[in-house]
Amino acid sequence: MNVVVARDLSKTYQNGAVAVPAVREVSFAIGGGSLAAFVGPSGSGKSTLLNMVGCLDHPSAGSLAVLGTDVASLERRAAADFRGANLGFIFQDFNLIPVLSAAENIEYPLLMVQNRPAGERRARVVELLEAVGMADQADKRPDQLSGGQKQRVAVARALATRAKLVLADEPTANLDHDTAYRIIALMKKMRDESGTTFVFSTHDPKIVNEAEVVFMLEDGRLVSSADRHA
Amino acid sequence: MLKVLKLAARNLARYWRRTLLTSGLIILGVVAVLLFIAVSGSFKSLIVGQITDSVLGHLQVHRRGYVASIDNLPLNLNMKPAAVSQVEQALEGIEAVAAWSPRLKFGAMFSNFVETTSIRLNGVLPEREAAAMPMLAARLVQGSAANGLVERGKVLIPEILARGMKIKVGDTVVLVATNLDGSVNGKTFVVQGVLGDVTGPGGRDGYVHLEDARELLRMTEAEVSEIAVRLKALEDLEAAKGRVAAALQKGLEAHGWDQLSPFANIARMIDLLDLFIRVMLVGIVLIAVMNVMIMAVYERIREIGMISAIGTPPRRILALFLAEGALLGVAGTAIGVALSLALVYALNVWPVHFTFGRQLELELAPSLAAADAAAISAVVVVMAILASLQPAWKAARMDPITALRHV
Repeated sequence: MNVVVARDLSKTYQNGAVAVPAVREVSFAIGGGSLAAFVGPSGSGKSTLLNMVGCLDHPSAGSLAVLGTDVASLERRAAADFRGANLGFIFQDFNLIPVLSAAENIEYPLLMVQNRPAGERRARVVELLEAVGMADQADKRPDQLSGGQKQRVAVARALATRAKLVLADEPTANLDHDTAYRIIALMKKMRDESGTTFVFSTHDPKIVNEAEVVFMLEDGRLVSSADRHA
Repeated sequence: MLKVLKLAARNLARYWRRTLLTSGLIILGVVAVLLFIAVSGSFKSLIVGQITDSVLGHLQVHRRGYVASIDNLPLNLNMKPAAVSQVEQALEGIEAVAAWSPRLKFGAMFSNFVETTSIRLNGVLPEREAAAMPMLAARLVQGSAANGLVERGKVLIPEILARGMKIKVGDTVVLVATNLDGSVNGKTFVVQGVLGDVTGPGGRDGYVHLEDARELLRMTEAEVSEIAVRLKALEDLEAAKGRVAAALQKGLEAHGWDQLSPFANIARMIDLLDLFIRVMLVGIVLIAVMNVMIMAVYERIREIGMISAIGTPPRRILALFLAEGALLGVAGTAIGVALSLALVYALNVWPVHFTFGRQLELELAPSLAAADAAAISAVVVVMAILASLQPAWKAARMDPITALRHV
C-alpha cells in the first residue's frame, strides 16, 4: 500500500510580482515500509516536496494523499494534529531541545503532542534509547553529545509516537561520511523493526545509494525514479 | 499543565542571567511598592491615630457655620442645651459610636504674672473627654491626668507655651476671657500638666474643666461648641457620619476628621503616591517581562519551528511561553514579598524615628496587610502573563517552515 501518492503536484512561491516555481507537476508514489530518497542539487525542490508531504506547506496545484488522507487542503490546526498523530521528522541540524536530556527529547512528542501516560512514555523511551544505541547516554543534554549521537536521538524522537511515515530533510548533511552511513543504517534498522516508511532528501550521491527508492529532481521536476526493490 | 510549567522553568534556567536580571527587577519593584505601602500606611495611621485619638475625635458635631469660623472660636455659634441633648440622644442610638465628649472652645489671655499670651482652650468633662480621646492623657509630658484628665481649678497647657513662658506644673496662672456679652472675666488656675504638641488644629490647645470654662465665660446655659465623637472603628467613618448627620436636627452638621484636619490632604497625597508607585511597578513588570519574552521567542525560533513541525498544538506553544512569563512573575513576587516581610520585620526590630511638624521622635511601626501583599502579587503575575501574551501568540502562530529556516 502506498503511504504517499502525489499527482501533478506543483508549488509556486510568489516573490513580489514574480512567480517562482519550486515544484512543477510532480507525480510519484511511495510504498509502505520503504526507505525512499529525494535527490537533487540545491534548489531542485527536494525540501519543498518534503514540506508538502509533511503537511508543513500547501501545494499550489495537484493532489497529495499521505496515509490515505488528502493533505493538500488541511488547515493549520488539522495539519498540526495530523503531523502529531502520523508523522515523524528528522532535521539536518538535529533540532533537539537544549534544556532536555536525550531521554526527555525522545519523550517530548509523547508528552507534549500526544499526552501519553507516564508509564507508557517511560517504557517507549527506554525501548527507543536501546534501539538507537543511546541507552548509556540517556541523561546527557544535546551539548554533551556528538553530531551522530544527536541524530540518533532525533531518529528515536521521530519514532517515539510510532509514526507511520518519517521525513528527514538532509539528515546526514552535518555528519561525516561514517556517521552518515550509520544514521542511514539505523533508519533502515528501525524501518525493518517497526515497518515505518522513511523518506529523506539528500544531495550526497554516496548516501543516495543506500536508499531503496530514489526520486531524482531537477529544477522542481521529477526527472527520474528508481525502485531498487524490483 | 505541570509538564508545561516544568519545561517553562527549564527554559528560564537556560538563560539564567537574563532570568535573574528580570526577576531582580520584579523583586525590586515589589519590594519598593510593599515597603512604601507598609511605611506610608504606618505613617498615616500613626498621625491619623494621634489626630483622631487625642485631638479631633473621628467626627464632630457643630452648629451650622461654626466650622467655617472655627479659627475665631465664636461663642455665638455654640449649641444650646436642647440641641446638645438632641445630639446626645441621636448618638446613643448609633451602634458605631463608642463615646463622645462635649466641648466648650474659647480663646483666652494666659498670664503667669510676668508675661501674657493668648491660648485656645477646651472646656471638657474629664471622664467623657478621656473616653472619647484615649490618647490625650498620653500626651502629658509633665504632670498627671488626675480626675480622668483635668481637675476643677486646674489647667493643662500646651508644651510650646510652657517652654516659652518657663511654666512648670503647680504654677499658678491667670486666664482672662471675653464673654459672649463682650465683658471680660478672669480666673486663676493651677497648671496640672503640660501636653505634648500634635500636628494640626487643636494640637496646641489647653484644657480646663467644662464647669470652670462656663464660670470663666459667665455662661448661664449649658452650651457647648462641639461634640467630639469616637467611633468603634475608623473604617466606619463615612457610614457613621451619614447616620449622625441624618439624625441631627436642622441647623446642626457633622464633619469627619478628614474635613477638619489638613493632614487629610497629606494622606490623600500619600494615597496618590501609592497609586503612582503601583503604576510604576506595572510598567516595570510589563517592560521587563515583555523584553525577556520577546528575546526568548527570537532566540528560539528554530526550536519553535521544530516543536510546531512535529505537531505540538499551537495552544500548547502559547501556554509554554505564557507559563515562562507567569513563572517569572510568580518567582519575582514570591521573593519580593518574602524580602518585603523581612524588611518590615527589621524595621520593627530596629525602628525608624522621624520628626513631623513639632512632633519629635515619632516611631514608625510598619506592617504589611495580607490583602496588600495578595493584591500586589496578583497584579504582578497578571501583568507578567499579559506581557508574555504578544510574544507567546507570535510563537504559537509561527510558520514552522519559516521558523526552521531561521538562522
